[in-house]
Amino acid sequence: MSSLLTIFISAVLVNNFLLYYFLGICSFIGVSSKMESSFGMGMATTFVMTMTAMITWPLYHYLISPETGLNLPFLEYVIFILVIAALVQFVEMFLKKFFHSLYKALGIYLPLITTNCAILGMALFIVIRDYNYLESIVFGFGAGLGFTMVIVIMAGIREEYAYSPVPAVFRGAPLALLTAGMLALSFMGFSGMIAP
Amino acid sequence: MRKIFYKGLWAENPILMQLLGFCPALAVTTSALNGLSMGLATSFVVVTSGVVVSLVRKLIPDQVRIPVFTIIIATFVTVVDIILKAYFPAISTELGPYVPLIVVNCIILGRQEVFTSKNPVHLSILDTLGMGLGFTWVLVLLGSIRELLGLGSVFGFQVMPSSFETWIVMLLPGGAFITLGLIAALYNYLNQSDRRKA
Repeated sequence: MSSLLTIFISAVLVNNFLLYYFLGICSFIGVSSKMESSFGMGMATTFVMTMTAMITWPLYHYLISPETGLNLPFLEYVIFILVIAALVQFVEMFLKKFFHSLYKALGIYLPLITTNCAILGMALFIVIRDYNYLESIVFGFGAGLGFTMVIVIMAGIREEYAYSPVPAVFRGAPLALLTAGMLALSFMGFSGMIAP
Repeated sequence: MRKIFYKGLWAENPILMQLLGFCPALAVTTSALNGLSMGLATSFVVVTSGVVVSLVRKLIPDQVRIPVFTIIIATFVTVVDIILKAYFPAISTELGPYVPLIVVNCIILGRQEVFTSKNPVHLSILDTLGMGLGFTWVLVLLGSIRELLGLGSVFGFQVMPSSFETWIVMLLPGGAFITLGLIAALYNYLNQSDRRKA
């Protein structure tokens, strides 16, 4: 139990996907200018991440793995990316049919998730760190929540300075990157929470 | 023809202008050598997958083009990964999961969508090579600055005098974001003064 909690806190705060592993920066810089859409994006990502963890773990252990599966390590990346693309597609159809209001709320952000490197990164980390099934799901969920939290904080800051007189050369990406740098520095404060 | 190659280096630089591919740019550039290896690995994938996409561009139905591009890219990333593991195990360990993550580097998929799926092979090679090298030089610059201030060396050679107090922050995520932010601002500044002269 304590190891599950450690994995969860580490994924949300200490080794945050955005600010520590730099995964998902594209959508972070691109989308995070409004809090509402950032939250939608974060929720959709969390959902797909948890589902990806649930599906790629058995696939890796019973199909790809050299020890317990059919020994197909060279197909690892191709299979993972196909699973993620198919999953996003499925989730989209499922939500459209059964949870139409949620589908409408997520809108354009669902298909965008396929190219979010945080998802593939998470699937790879699960393999590298040799998590068991439950740990993988907790890790996927925590990573998604951490992503949501940071992208919403970032959107809040960007909304605040949207109309500030910023020097022209800093407008847009440079300022977003500097803000992210400050956020990353402050998140380092969490690093003492878990012994390395 | 020349323009197709050169636009990737400066005017349409994939990182600084198109704002794509931030993840590997920030994650692996703790040293100049890491930046160079990541840049060259990505260039290899973008050029080879560009050639294949350009060759089969008339055979791919429009609806399934994105999955097809992705599978082609994932195949070449697997090739790079296996080559690195076999011949450069040190670099492979250093780059870790960021080698397989080249699959989802938006620069590569972006080039297939925008250029190679609509143009003949020789133009595709020029375009993707320019983009690959444009990506590489930003990574080498970012890696050099971070290594210089964080460790006092560039490409492993000691540059700073031994009395130099190293800036640990440059090796941490915060330093990566701030350095790239300043490089992006400088890029905007240079483009702005170009426009004023013209």
